[in-house]
Amino acid sequence: MKVKVLCRNPDDYVRETTRDIQRVPRNFDPTLHPFEVPREYTRALNATKLDRLFAKPFVASLDGHRDGISCITKHAKSLSTIISGACDGEVKLWNLPKRECFRTIQAHEGFVRAVCSRFCGTSFFTVGDDKTIKQWNMEAPGYGVREEPINTILGKVVFTGIDHHQTESTFATCGQTVDIWDEQRSSPIRSFSWGVDSFSCVRYNPVETDLLASCASDRSIVLYDTRESAPLRKVIMQLRSNTLCWNPMEAYYFTCANEDYNLYTYDIRHLDVPVTVHMDHVSAVLDVDYSPTGKEFVSASFDKSIRIFPKNKGHSREVYHTKRMQHVICVRWSADNKYVLSGSDEMNIRLWKANASEKLGLLSSREKAAASYNKKLIEKYQHHPQVRRIARHRHLPRDMLNQKRQLQEMKAARRRKEQNVRKHSKPGSVPLLTEKEKHVAAVVE
Amino acid sequence: MRGNTRSCWKPSALWVDERVSCSSKIRKKQKERSEASVQVSEFFVNAEGTGEKVNLSDLLKTIEKTSVASNKTKKQLKNLQDSKQTLELPLNKQQTEKIQRSIAYEKTTKEVSTWENIIVQNQKAEQMVFPLNQESSAPKLVEQVVASWKVQTPLEQEIFGLLHKNSQPSNDPVLTPVEEASLKAMSLEEAKIRRAELQKARALQSYFEAKARREKQIKSKKYHKVKKKGKLKKFVKQFDEMVKTNPEEALDELKKMELARMKERMSLKHQNSGKWAKSKAIMAKYDDSARKAMQEQLQMNKDLTQKVVVPSDDEHESNEEASETVPDFANDPEPVLDPVNPWMRGQLTREEPEVSRVTTEEAQTAEEVNEEEELLGEFERKRKLRQADEEDLMTTEEESKKEEPASEVVEDDVVEVSDTEEEAEEEEEDVSEFNTLFRLMRSEKTVEGPKHTPGQEVEEELLNEGEIQVRNMEDLELLGEDVEPQPTAEASLPQTAAEEDTSEPLNKKKREIDLQEVLTKEAKAVRVPFLPTVIEDEEQGEQISLIKEAFAGDDVISDFIKDKKKQEADGMPKVVDLTLPGWGEWGGVGLQPSQRKRKRFTTKMAPPPPRQDRKLPDVIISEKESASVASHQVSHIPFPFQNTAQFESSIRTPIGSTWNTQSVVKKMTKPKVLTTLGAIIEPMAKDMKNNKSTTPAGKEPAIVLEGNKTAKGDSEGSEKSRRRTKSKKKKN
Repeated sequence: MKVKVLCRNPDDYVRETTRDIQRVPRNFDPTLHPFEVPREYTRALNATKLDRLFAKPFVASLDGHRDGISCITKHAKSLSTIISGACDGEVKLWNLPKRECFRTIQAHEGFVRAVCSRFCGTSFFTVGDDKTIKQWNMEAPGYGVREEPINTILGKVVFTGIDHHQTESTFATCGQTVDIWDEQRSSPIRSFSWGVDSFSCVRYNPVETDLLASCASDRSIVLYDTRESAPLRKVIMQLRSNTLCWNPMEAYYFTCANEDYNLYTYDIRHLDVPVTVHMDHVSAVLDVDYSPTGKEFVSASFDKSIRIFPKNKGHSREVYHTKRMQHVICVRWSADNKYVLSGSDEMNIRLWKANASEKLGLLSSREKAAASYNKKLIEKYQHHPQVRRIARHRHLPRDMLNQKRQLQEMKAARRRKEQNVRKHSKPGSVPLLTEKEKHVAAVVE
Repeated sequence: MRGNTRSCWKPSALWVDERVSCSSKIRKKQKERSEASVQVSEFFVNAEGTGEKVNLSDLLKTIEKTSVASNKTKKQLKNLQDSKQTLELPLNKQQTEKIQRSIAYEKTTKEVSTWENIIVQNQKAEQMVFPLNQESSAPKLVEQVVASWKVQTPLEQEIFGLLHKNSQPSNDPVLTPVEEASLKAMSLEEAKIRRAELQKARALQSYFEAKARREKQIKSKKYHKVKKKGKLKKFVKQFDEMVKTNPEEALDELKKMELARMKERMSLKHQNSGKWAKSKAIMAKYDDSARKAMQEQLQMNKDLTQKVVVPSDDEHESNEEASETVPDFANDPEPVLDPVNPWMRGQLTREEPEVSRVTTEEAQTAEEVNEEEELLGEFERKRKLRQADEEDLMTTEEESKKEEPASEVVEDDVVEVSDTEEEAEEEEEDVSEFNTLFRLMRSEKTVEGPKHTPGQEVEEELLNEGEIQVRNMEDLELLGEDVEPQPTAEASLPQTAAEEDTSEPLNKKKREIDLQEVLTKEAKAVRVPFLPTVIEDEEQGEQISLIKEAFAGDDVISDFIKDKKKQEADGMPKVVDLTLPGWGEWGGVGLQPSQRKRKRFTTKMAPPPPRQDRKLPDVIISEKESASVASHQVSHIPFPFQNTAQFESSIRTPIGSTWNTQSVVKKMTKPKVLTTLGAIIEPMAKDMKNNKSTTPAGKEPAIVLEGNKTAKGDSEGSEKSRRRTKSKKKKN
C-alpha cells in the first residue's frame, strides 16, 4: 500500500550560506501569471528607454599628434596597442588602456599615407609621401638609441597604400601600380597595372589570402589574384571609391566607401550590381572597416561623423559625432569587437564603444542574463511604434540634419523628374533602374 | 621606350664589324643588354641571325644529309612545303590579356564559391561564438607544454644546467612511435563517425530501458497477461522455426522448459493452496470473478507442468513430425476430457462444483484473444443498459422504480449532462464571466431540485418552486433565499410521467443556455429528476447567493441583451438613401419622391465581416479601434512575417523568466553573437572550409532515430492537444 505523506525537507528551502540567493519556489501555471503580452510590452518599452539612456559611446580621446591623423592600424596580436600616422610624417604608438602614447617616430617627410602591422605583430610598415616604404620594429629601441627603421625601400613613385599578407612575408603597396613585395627584397616581385595610373587603397582578402582589391582614381575597383598573371576584373562606378574593406568572415564580400556619400557591398562573383547600397552619410565617405565578426562595419565620413552599418542593411544603426570632431579620415574596429577607433582632422584619435549602451567590463551572470533578455525584448517588440520611435531616435548636429533634409529633397526631386520624363516619353525608352543599378557604370573584363 | 633607346646604342667595336658586313651586304643586327633590369622588353631579345628567313628547304637540306630521318617526316615536310597556306596571326595583346583575365576570374570565383556553404550556415546560425577556432580545453601533454618553455631567470638556468649534467631525458621524443601512431590512427572524421555510432547505440539502449521501465510500471494485470500471452505465442513460433533451422538450440530451449516444469512441479505455486486461493475458494460460491481467477491459476499450473517432448535422435531427421507431435502428446493423456475441468484432472477437491460449469476453455481463450472487442462490447452493453433504464423510466416507471434505485438513473443522467457540457466548453472560444455565472445557476438548479421535494407540508411550494425552473435573476434570487444545506431523504418520485417527458429532452439539449430563447419567452416549467446524491460545493452556493445579492433589483441580463442587440444593429450596414426630393420632379410640402427614384438612389452597403461574438450569447466584443491603444499597435505586418497570425504568434509567446523556466529563458534569450572578453577575433582561416563541410553546424543532435522521430511527433501531438485543452480550460 502506498501512503502519501506530507514532507518538508529543509534542503529544499534553506540556503546553504547567507551569501546565496534566496530560493524562490515558482509555479509556472499560466493562469497565475496573466497578461504576459502587455507586461512584456511594458518591459520592452522600458528596456528601450534604458538602452537609450545608457547610450554613452564615447570612451576616450587620444591627443598628441601635431597634425591631422591620416591612418590608423591595429596591432595584430595585442588589443591594447594601436599605431597611428599623421599628416606631418609622425607615427605614434598608443597604449589604449592607459590612453597614452608610448612611442613617437618621425617616420616620413610629408604625409604618412598608410600603416600596416605584420601578421606576427613584431614589426609594422609605413609608407609616406617621400616615396619610401619603411619597416619598423614594434619594440622601442633602448634608451639613447636612435629610432631607425629595420628596413627602408626607396621607390620611384609615391606609395599611397600598404597592406600585409595574412600569413606570408609578402605585402602589397599601391601607387601608380599595385606591387607585391617580398620582405627580403628591395624590388617588387609582382606588379599589376591595368590602364590606371593612381590607386588610393589596396587590401588583401583576409580569408582567401591570395586575393587583392584596390581602389583606383579612375572610379574603378580592381580585383587581383597573386597567383594569376593578370588582374581579374574591374568595376567602374559613377564616382570614385576611397577605400574598401573585405569581410573577414565571408570571403567574397567587400564594402567600398564612395565619394557619392554611399557605401557599397559587393559580391566579387557578381560585380555588375552591388549586393547592398548603404546610405546615410551626408558627405563623402573616407574610410570603412569591418567588425571582426563580419556582421557590421563602421564608416568614417567627411561629414564629421562615423556610422555603424549592419552588413546587410541599407541604413546605419548608429551614428557617432561630437562637437569637436572634424572630418573623420580613418576608422578601425578593434579586434575584440568591442570598440571603434576614429582618427580625424583635428589631430585626435577617439575611442568609441561599438555598442553604445553596453556595459563595459566583467559582468555577473545575472547582469548578462538581464542584458540579453532586454536585448531580446527590444528585438521582439521592435516593430511596435513606440518602441521603434525611441530605439531609432538619434540626435544629429544642426548642419548635418539640414544637409540630410536637403539631400532627401534633392533625391525626391530627382525621382519626381525621372517619373515625369518616363510619363512623357515612349514606354520602355526610359528604363526603370533600381538604386543598386544606378551606381555601377561598367564592369570591365 | 627604354628598349628603343637602347637599341640605338651600339658599341664602337661593332661599328667596325658592321662596316665590314655592310660592304658584304650581309647585315647582322646584334643587340645586347647593357643594364640589369627586372623588366625585359620583348624588343631587345634577339637571336643570332635575325632578319634572315628560315625556309623549309633549308631544313630539308639537313634532313637529306642525315640518313636517320625517316621517310615519313620527309614526306610531311614536303607536303608542308607544297601547301601555300600561311599561319594565322596571333591575337593582339589586349585580346589575349582579356582572355587571360576572364579565365583567371572564372577560376577565382569558383574557388571563392566553395565558401558559400559556410557563409550561409553562419548567416542562419542561431548563435555564433567568436573567436571561431578556440583551442580545445582538453589537457595538453606535459612534454608539449614544457617544450615551448624557455629558461629565463638565472635560477631556472642553473636548474636546467644541473638537469643537463645528469643527462636527464629532456631531448627524448615526446611520444613513442607507438603512441604517435595510435594518435594518428584515427582521423577526426572517423572519430566523429565512431562517436556518433556509439551515441546512437547508447541512445537506443536508453530508449529501450525507458520503455521497459514504463511498461513495468503499468499496474493493469490484464495488460501483463495479454503481453505474456503474446510473448509466449511469439516464442512458440520462434521455437518452431528453431526446430527447423537450428535443432541444437531448440534442444537447449526444450531442456530449459523441462527445468521450468520441474521447478513448477516442486513448488506450491498455482496449486490453489495459498492464503489468497483459500480466500477465493470461500468467495467462489458467490463470486463469478473469484471462480474465474482460481480457474486461471489451475490452468497455469497445468500449462506449466505439461511435459514437453524431447526430440530423440531418431526423430531428429523428421523435425516437422516432431514438432507436430508435441501438441498431440500433450493432448494424449486426456483426449476427451475437458482440460480445464479440475475434476477430470483430479487436482481439485469437490468443494467447488460450480467452478467448472461456468466457462469452457474455448470461451476463455476467445475472450483473451480479443479483449478489446470485449471491452467495447462491455461499453455497448452498459450504454444499452442505461438507455433501457431511461426508457423504462419514461414509459413504465412504476415497475422499474421498485427494482432499480432511482438515484442511479439520475446519476447516469447527470453524467450525460456534464458530458455534453464539456463538449460545449470545447466548442466555445472565449472566456466570459457570464458563462461561469450561468453554470453556477444551472448547477444550483440540479442541487435545488430534490431539496424542495420532500415534506407534505410544503407541497404547494414545491410544485411552484422545486419543480418549476425559472430562469431569470429575480427568480434565481428568490430561489437563493431558500437555499440551505438540507440533508435529503430518500428520493421521492416525480409526480407525473407527462411532465417527466418534457423535462428529459430539454435537459439534454441545454449545452449552453440560449439567452434569447430563455429570457424573451416565458419561464417554462421544467421537471428535473431528483438528485439525492449529487451535491455541489457549498462554497459555490455561497457565491451564488452573493451574486444574487449584488444583482438584486436590476435585470442585468435583459439589459445586456438589449445592449448587445443595439451594438449589433449599429454594426450592420445602413441603407444609404441619396434621393433628393424635388430633383427631377415636383417637390414641396407633402410631396414624396417617387418610389422609382427612391429605389434608384438607395444603395445597400456590403455586410461587414461577421462579429467575433456572434456565437457567444453572453459576451460583447467591441470591434472598434481605440485611439489610445492604436498608438501602441503595429499598423502593418512587418517584413519577415507573411500574415497577422504569424506575427501575433511571435508576440504571444513570452520569453521572460516570469513565464518560463530558467533553461527555457536561457535558450530563448541567447544572444546572436557571443564574444570573449579580451580575445582577438581572427578572420576565418582557410582550413575552416574543410572542417565545417564535414560536420553539420547547429546544435541539433547528431543522429535522429527513426523510432524516436515518430515518438517525438506523437508526443508533440499529445502535447499540443494537452495545451489546447488547457487553453480551453483557461478560456472557460
